[in-house]
Amino acid sequence: MKKNAPVITLKDITKSYNTADVSIEVLHSISLTIHKGEFVAITGPSGSGKSTLLHIIGLLDRATSGKYFLHDDDVTKLTEDEQAHVRNREIGFVFQSFNLLQRTSVLENVVLPAVYAGMKTKEREDKAQELLAEVGIDEHMFKKPNQLSGGQQQRVAIARALMNDPSIILADEPTGNLDSTSGKDVMNILKNLYKEGKTIIVITHDSTIARQTERIITLKDGMLV
Amino acid sequence: MNIGELLTLSLHALRANKMRSILTMLGVIIGVFAVILLVSIGSGLQSYITNQISGLGSNLIFVIPGRVGGARTPGGQQTNKLVINDAKRLDTKLKTIADVGPIVQKIAIIKYKNKSDKDASIFGTTSNYPQIIANTIMETGSFFTASQERSGARVAVIGQTVKQNLFDGKSPIGEKISIAGNRYIVIGVVKARGSVFGVDEDNTAIIPINAAQRQFSVTTLNTIYLSAKKPDLVPLVKKEANTILLKRLTEDDFTLQTQEQTLSTISNVIGALTVALGGIATISLVVGGIGVMNIMLVSVTERTKEIGLRKALGARRKDILSQFLFEAVMLCVAGGIIGIGLGLGASYILAKFFISSVTTWSVFLAFAFSVAVGIVFGMMPAYRASRLSPIEALRYE
Repeated sequence: MKKNAPVITLKDITKSYNTADVSIEVLHSISLTIHKGEFVAITGPSGSGKSTLLHIIGLLDRATSGKYFLHDDDVTKLTEDEQAHVRNREIGFVFQSFNLLQRTSVLENVVLPAVYAGMKTKEREDKAQELLAEVGIDEHMFKKPNQLSGGQQQRVAIARALMNDPSIILADEPTGNLDSTSGKDVMNILKNLYKEGKTIIVITHDSTIARQTERIITLKDGMLV
Repeated sequence: MNIGELLTLSLHALRANKMRSILTMLGVIIGVFAVILLVSIGSGLQSYITNQISGLGSNLIFVIPGRVGGARTPGGQQTNKLVINDAKRLDTKLKTIADVGPIVQKIAIIKYKNKSDKDASIFGTTSNYPQIIANTIMETGSFFTASQERSGARVAVIGQTVKQNLFDGKSPIGEKISIAGNRYIVIGVVKARGSVFGVDEDNTAIIPINAAQRQFSVTTLNTIYLSAKKPDLVPLVKKEANTILLKRLTEDDFTLQTQEQTLSTISNVIGALTVALGGIATISLVVGGIGVMNIMLVSVTERTKEIGLRKALGARRKDILSQFLFEAVMLCVAGGIIGIGLGLGASYILAKFFISSVTTWSVFLAFAFSVAVGIVFGMMPAYRASRLSPIEALRYE
């Protein structure tokens, strides 16, 4: 196993939800390190806390306690807007349900992260076209997402995730809504990105998917196994 | 995000729900339309009446019977105590500083051959009437002379409406007409004068005052016009006239009113009316704004997932805030522009039948107000959208 610099370091991360009178802890004191260029699967049965963990790593959610270092920087204390900036530059998301904006074209969906990064229109559209060509969707770039198949939509989402050249790709059940052929295509794209040096974290409950990665982290009842 | 991107984004969103956007805009359209139209009618009315009254002459003082606007007047009928001798005394004593024109006014039927003109105003007055009432300009013929006035000659000067109603394009000069059953010879026609307080000043016949008093068996006067020889003599004429009249009459028997007083009284009333109308229209604009807020709240809820996604991709609070705020402002600006267009169009058309004059301030005010409505009522939904937590928004179904 390569030993590059750590990208993600979690120390004693806990997460609990407060309902009216009970507090439910869904992550118990998770500590782990993910190095640059690793291809990691986080797996576990549903309710094990794997999605919550991914949301914390993706800065979409905050840990109740513990420390989270991203490239040696403590990101737990960042304000919401500072976290938005980090998500924008460092993290690319791929969701199970694609999460594309249906009202706008494929191209406009892909450029979105660059819009928030303040990239110039011409520059970002060129970049988006390149990325769409890489995932093989460039001929559909003026269509609306719902005119594409699920596999094609997920490839659009991957192109979008790559828009700002993030070092980390977080994929939450990326093949969950796809048939096996499209699922294989998506996994191949992720494998290629891994070969290009991206740090990739895939959440899955599917062991065949998990086995295609380099390292498997298993969660059960909010604890590492 | 820059303005161009925000513009495209909000146009996209508004187009996605065309019917809803149009209906929401309608509230703003109606509000702006109403503000512009009602203020136009008010100010049209004001300038119209101001023009009409100043057309009578700016040095004018009216003496009218009874006390106007006084608290001392008990309710009920007042007897008119103003008579021709009052006018004569005023004329003698004020000769150097003012022209005096007594008026006897009656409504009567004027007939010519088989045609008749009902509800014509008959003015009995003196030969200096054209010098006193500035808008009395002869079209053809001449006004009656001082000797015709003294002898009470049966001669008449008619207005445009009477000419049209009775003479059908034929020259009326020298023709015999009948006023309330008595024969008069038409000696002149006055150019169009318009109307004052809804009274058609052209549906008139002007006859010597002696003839009028004899014909209608009256001794009292309806008005005495005092025309100061110079504008700065107006206060002096008013003061002197008051002293002269008080020798025979009491304070309750007459009122002296200057043109300026009349104008300012009317201006005040119409001004207040315009503000009231504008105020009512503004309420409808506020209601339109509440409609915009309502729809924007619905839109934020509907697009919670979109907000979550945008945040996940790096949108900051202010990006989301400006996106939704811009959308609300766009709705209001578009509604405002359409409302201004309709308001201008309607007031242009109205000006042809009635009176209406568009005031620039009402257009700017209505537009600025609709933008303000967009910002004020768009702020709450936009703020709500910007505060959504990214993960909760993404999970929203």
